Amino acid sequence: MLEIRNLHARVEGKDILQGINLTVRPGEIHAIMGPNGSGKSTLAGVLAGREMYEVTEGEVLYRGKNLLELEPAARACEGVFLAFQYPVEIPGVSNTYFLKAALNAVRKYHGEEEYDSFDFLALVKEKMKLVEMDPSFLNRPVNEGFSGGEKKRNEILQMAVLNPMLSILDETDSGLDIDALRIVANGVNKLHTSDNAAVVVTHYQRLLDYIVPDFVHVLVNGRIVKSGDKDLALHLEDHGYDWVKDIQESVPERV
Amino acid sequence: MSTDAQDLEKLTGQEYKYGFVTDIESDTVPKGLSEDVIRMISAKKNEPEWMLEWRLKAYRMWLKMEEPHWAHVEYPAIDYQDISYYSAPKRKDGPKNLDEVDPELLATYEKLGIPLKEQELLAGVAVDAVFDSVSVATTFKGKLKDLGIIFCSFSEAVLEHPELVQRFLGSVVPQGDNFYAALNSAVFTDGSFVYVPKGVRCPMELSTYFRINSLGTGQFERTLIVAEEGAYVSYLEGCTAPMRDENQLHAAVVELIALDNAEIKYSTVQNWYPGDKEGKGGIYNFVTKRGKCAGVNSKISWTQVETGSSITWKYPSCILQGDNSVGEFYSVAVTNNRQQADTGTKMIHIGKNTRSTIVSKGISAGRSQNTYRGQVKIMKGADGARNYSQCDSMLMGDRCGAHTFPYIENRNSTAQLEHEATTSKIGEDQIFYCNQRGISTEDAVNMIVNGFCKEVFRELPMEFAVEAQKLLGISLEGSVG
Ligand SMILES: Nc1ncnc2c1ncn2[C@@H]1O[C@H](COP(=O)(O)OP(=O)(O)OP(=O)(O)O)[C@@H](O)[C@H]1O
Ligand SMILES: [Mg+2]
Repeated sequence: MLEIRNLHARVEGKDILQGINLTVRPGEIHAIMGPNGSGKSTLAGVLAGREMYEVTEGEVLYRGKNLLELEPAARACEGVFLAFQYPVEIPGVSNTYFLKAALNAVRKYHGEEEYDSFDFLALVKEKMKLVEMDPSFLNRPVNEGFSGGEKKRNEILQMAVLNPMLSILDETDSGLDIDALRIVANGVNKLHTSDNAAVVVTHYQRLLDYIVPDFVHVLVNGRIVKSGDKDLALHLEDHGYDWVKDIQESVPERV
Repeated sequence: MSTDAQDLEKLTGQEYKYGFVTDIESDTVPKGLSEDVIRMISAKKNEPEWMLEWRLKAYRMWLKMEEPHWAHVEYPAIDYQDISYYSAPKRKDGPKNLDEVDPELLATYEKLGIPLKEQELLAGVAVDAVFDSVSVATTFKGKLKDLGIIFCSFSEAVLEHPELVQRFLGSVVPQGDNFYAALNSAVFTDGSFVYVPKGVRCPMELSTYFRINSLGTGQFERTLIVAEEGAYVSYLEGCTAPMRDENQLHAAVVELIALDNAEIKYSTVQNWYPGDKEGKGGIYNFVTKRGKCAGVNSKISWTQVETGSSITWKYPSCILQGDNSVGEFYSVAVTNNRQQADTGTKMIHIGKNTRSTIVSKGISAGRSQNTYRGQVKIMKGADGARNYSQCDSMLMGDRCGAHTFPYIENRNSTAQLEHEATTSKIGEDQIFYCNQRGISTEDAVNMIVNGFCKEVFRELPMEFAVEAQKLLGISLEGSVG
């Protein structure tokens, strides 16, 4: 589904990603861990097509297409979803309006009929149950005045409505209380099928108790320096990143 | 648009019935302004002596006045002797057909879904089909007449209801109020007159008639709306389609008077031709709009969406004279390319417990300049007066400007005043967030801007609001990304 080869990217003239290699197949869940500032959000941003990141080397294939050539909106329509580490507020635009515009944009892209208000509302109410969100959030402006945890939950609601092929969750667990973590994780699990895939960026092993990854990668200074199965996360929890930082100069292991 | 457009389409398709074709040549007054010219205008309109005297008085005041230059706008000097002060509705020097009209203007008409015939009218093409405004007016007037509501052209009011015009004309905006108001008072061509008698609630938005009638009389409009005790009226001015007019200078005056317990809601969508990308050919719009809440518990509410004109100079204001009276001003002003807007409001609190609300949203794009200028004045006797002002500016790109000048003058210690102001840039992160959910940049900008203006659009009558939203998107097209 996704093949990242030797990806280099910079922001503001600073090299951040320094040769990322990663392959994600349908049905897989990958976790990416790593110290603050190591480039996790940058990787997510590059995949989603954020303009401020400049790709200097490498390539990304997504379902046979050159992902880097697509406009951000087209990537989204092709099924790439990014749950933001910091979801953005859009004052005056209701959650319903935004979600409907998004869903219909994606449907239109695929030549499907657009949802009318009735069908849409039925769908969104159904999806809200998945993340146990109160319908009152529908009428509120997108993320405005939402608590940190509510914003994260709203991201997963959007994911549920858009039903993407490849979901990149950037620290969706941060800011969630214990119950919310379980609810959000359950939501993600329910959305997971053998056809789609998820890349989960997190700092905490705790999330991976709920969303069990097939692979765990450690990103340090813009490279994946270690990859393993879910036990790697446990090991990191106990030992921190220092031991992997030492091996960062060696050739990264490939999955 | 829909119903109006359909009406218009129907109309233009109709045979010409009640002709009043005027001879173009004889309806053109030579350029320049003098007492003779004013006499000529007055004579052409068969005006009574008092109306002529009123005009002449205004003219004499105007001669002694100076063009104001305090607004944050720049334009080449206007030669007031090079303007023709009486414009016939049909002119030969306009574009001959749509091929001669600015293609961008036509593209906008397309997007708004305006029928071809109406496009010609709006673009000022000398159309052959004589446009019959009389029949539409008659249908409306019948319904209104039953309720005792007078809704007619200003010229007609001068002839048919002189006692009302004399009683109220100039009572809110006196002839010598300002340079442009004086000019308007001297040479105004036409406009609307509305009178809602005691206790009557006008059952429809007054608009269509005005829109049709305003074609070709746009230069110096004069509007007077009176709501008697306990009356209510909602009035819509303008239309969302960009209107072309070869008269570069527009100086309208609007006066509103609300007596005890009366309410007037005045909504405007102003979309005069802003000129090309360099601002050439655009309209200078210098407007004086003022309402007087003369009676107790009266209310006047201005809502405006300003997207057009090359220069806008406009401050719809409220004089809150009656105790417990309420003044409101909701404004969206959009400027793009080389447009300049200096707009805002004045709330003058005279009566006790008077309340005013100001919500202004300025959006600047391109190389435009957008200024909010507002004044809240609390007079000595205005015990318990309250004002809430909120002025938000949004910038698109870094070559435009937003400026906010709130003036507050408070002479009463019991008054409560609240002012909030924000300036934001349309966020790259907001647009990316939308993009990431599949929404195109164009739609994202539209959505974000409309969200920003929500508090104002909410005040517009439903159909108008829908049009205004569409219009905003079109005005800002291509300004981001
Ligand atoms: N717009 C920017 N301008 C300058 N530096 C930037 C910019 N965006 C990111 N960086 C830098 O790039 C590096 C990687 O940032 P990134 O956000 O990808 O880290 P992260 O791994 O997601 O960290 P965290 O765990 O704290 O979320 C950091 O050093 C950061 O300061
Ligand atoms: Mg991050």
